[in-house]
Amino acid sequence: MTLMRLIISAFFFLVASLGGALAVQPNEMLRDPALEARARQLSSELRCLVCQNQSIDDSDAPLAHDLRVLVRERLTAGDSDEDVRRYLVARYGEFVLLRPALNARTALLWAAPFLALLAGAALMLAGWRRRVVAGPPAPLSAEERERLDRLVGR
Amino acid sequence: MIAEAGHFALLLALALAIVQSCVGLWAGRSRDAALIAMTRSAALGVCAFVVAAFAALTRAYVISDFSVRNVAENSNSVMPLIYKVSGVWGNHEGSVLLWVLVLAAFAASVALRGRDLPDVLRSNVLAVQGMIAALFLAFILATSNPFSRIDPAPFEGADLNPLLQDLGLAIHPPLLYLGYVGCSIAFSFAVAALIDGRIDAVWAKHVRPWTLAAWIFLTLGIAMGSYWAYYELGWGGFWFWDPVENASLMPWLAATALLHSAVVMEKREALKIWTVLLAIVAFSLSLIGTFLVRSGVLTSVHAFAVDPARGVFILGILVVTIGGSLTLFAWRAPMLKHGGLFAPVSREGALVFNNLFLAAACAAVFIGTLYPLALEALTGAKISVGPPFFNMTVIPLMAPLIIAMPLGQNLAWKRGDLLGAAQRVQLSFAVAVAAAAIIAAATWGGPVLAPIAIGGGVWLIVGSFSEIGARVSRGAPSALASRLIGLPRSAFGTAVAHAGVGVTVIGLAATAWHVERIATMRSGDMIDVGAYRLRLDSITPRTGANYREDAARFTILKDSAEVGSVVSAKRIYPIRQMPTTEAGLWTHGIGQVYVSLGEIETDGSVAVRVYDKPLVLLIWLGAVVMAIGGALSLSDRRRRVGAPRPARAPPAMAPAE
Repeated sequence: MTLMRLIISAFFFLVASLGGALAVQPNEMLRDPALEARARQLSSELRCLVCQNQSIDDSDAPLAHDLRVLVRERLTAGDSDEDVRRYLVARYGEFVLLRPALNARTALLWAAPFLALLAGAALMLAGWRRRVVAGPPAPLSAEERERLDRLVGR
Repeated sequence: MIAEAGHFALLLALALAIVQSCVGLWAGRSRDAALIAMTRSAALGVCAFVVAAFAALTRAYVISDFSVRNVAENSNSVMPLIYKVSGVWGNHEGSVLLWVLVLAAFAASVALRGRDLPDVLRSNVLAVQGMIAALFLAFILATSNPFSRIDPAPFEGADLNPLLQDLGLAIHPPLLYLGYVGCSIAFSFAVAALIDGRIDAVWAKHVRPWTLAAWIFLTLGIAMGSYWAYYELGWGGFWFWDPVENASLMPWLAATALLHSAVVMEKREALKIWTVLLAIVAFSLSLIGTFLVRSGVLTSVHAFAVDPARGVFILGILVVTIGGSLTLFAWRAPMLKHGGLFAPVSREGALVFNNLFLAAACAAVFIGTLYPLALEALTGAKISVGPPFFNMTVIPLMAPLIIAMPLGQNLAWKRGDLLGAAQRVQLSFAVAVAAAAIIAAATWGGPVLAPIAIGGGVWLIVGSFSEIGARVSRGAPSALASRLIGLPRSAFGTAVAHAGVGVTVIGLAATAWHVERIATMRSGDMIDVGAYRLRLDSITPRTGANYREDAARFTILKDSAEVGSVVSAKRIYPIRQMPTTEAGLWTHGIGQVYVSLGEIETDGSVAVRVYDKPLVLLIWLGAVVMAIGGALSLSDRRRRVGAPRPARAPPAMAPAE
């Protein structure tokens, strides 16, 4: 039933944070605004692993809370954004990254939109050239011309 | 009894839908008048029976007949009437039934449409519609019967998911389905053309209004869903690149491309094969969206295996429909004759450019949505493809369209003059640059890209009307008004729809200036957000029909003067023990202040998240403007085949409808 409920709520455009609101709690936030801004930016690109399709910044699942705190701890300890990401990938796998890393597995994914554009452009160019080579349609034969004249009542 | 009658009506509808498809195909070959008439009656019959079944289910919901399992699981006797009715489609079985209802209604309106639709085309179209209806009716009867009983009947129902107890549910799914299923008409026309081996401008003329209507509904449906998510989910986001959202965006992109390529076909008989392919793709994407959502494959590839019956059935429908139509396409499309020639720089060329980028954006969304599923199925590796990917790929693919749109509108058919078009839009360009410059100067030190994006929106809004301006300003200035009135309504439709895109672009750009504050507040506390100051006045418990809530009232101040108030609430629906957040929205012009509540502590303090969102309403208003443009274009008399030209026609030749 839970799964069904998830699907239904998702179906109507609602990401399945049942009851969701106010993901980032005031007491989680860091005092240093620059560090906090980095934490927010980072967490908006990290997936809440138990939610359907939410970042930890948007989710109020307990796990998301733990991850937000973890991200802030790492940042306070002096980690770079990349360090934090690497740390989380080591713990949870690439599934945690909402922005998939570029590697052998995802090369096709990242290239796909531009391959699609190129393929489309090539197709259109080929079609256009074929039409130009084929030239305009043959002029009407005498018989066709006569029929046309009859049709338009000339 | 009435529930059983509804079930039986579905069976009858299935039988008639099979008749409709077989007789329709036969009629398309034999051109026999009796068979043609029979196809039409069958389509009307299917519609009547599906309406009867839907009415039976609605009745069960309205009178809270909990002996019907579907009602018991998704309704409750104390729910307000409107949610009882919209609860009919707030669950799997009911929503598939609504899908079929819309499909049958569309088929019936094809059957009823004026005499001008050629009989052979109509029969083939209805035959294809009948096949789709039969597949989905079989799906309902085999795996998703909404009328199954439960014995003993419970005294009370399990309540509708509280997130769905909203006016949004009453409006959003029907709109979206009208859009999704409306694409089926273009699909049926395409398949009918392939069956018949004939396609021409008349075909395009018939397809356009249906596509346009479907596109209008889809546009409004997506915008409505986005706004619903915005105020219901409580964290102020409006688009999450969720697979379910992508499932509706893909048909929209394809339908938008189809709309534009059908113009080329109608006017110049070019792009025939591409238009047919797009019509097939648009509906196929609607079906894939239905599959993604209905099969549970979204949550995980493995969830699919938990309840495979439904998923496998829909997958079967997908394979038959998409595979069948694409096979037919591969076989018959080469036989279709090529149409008119055009130079690369021409209106046709511009529309091809539009199609290219829309199709590439659609491909990006498609691949981004399905790649994790495919990767997991093939290698077992789990990755996520989230908003950053889509923003980084789709936005760059959309930007060229924004730049090119006003230019394309000003190119002539067949062979255009880029320099001339550029001259006609130079005023719009100047206005856009000025707007961007003013915004950049006023917000110096703020976001860099946003003023440029605003300039893009202004460029679209002003530039969309530049074609009308150019057409009107030719010749004597005294006749300006009469020339304006003399312009076809579709010219205004195009301009308004394109301007709508500009409006949305401005709304999206302005998100860069949204301000967020998160804080813990008690009664009497104040916080500043953007240009406003909010004071928490009180938190009071209230009781609704089927929920309890704690409502926090805020007063909004600007320059220490009270300008408004807003109530935000934390609700609990006791039957499902499910909490929801009712965001408080205070609208000022086209901007909003958005307040959402977190947990209320025992000491009376509450965590609040407050946003000042200037211009935010433009995001959805733009979609409404687009839809208005579509409706304007739809109302153009010239678009209706067989309708006489206005003014010159004698009154006896009234429109065929």
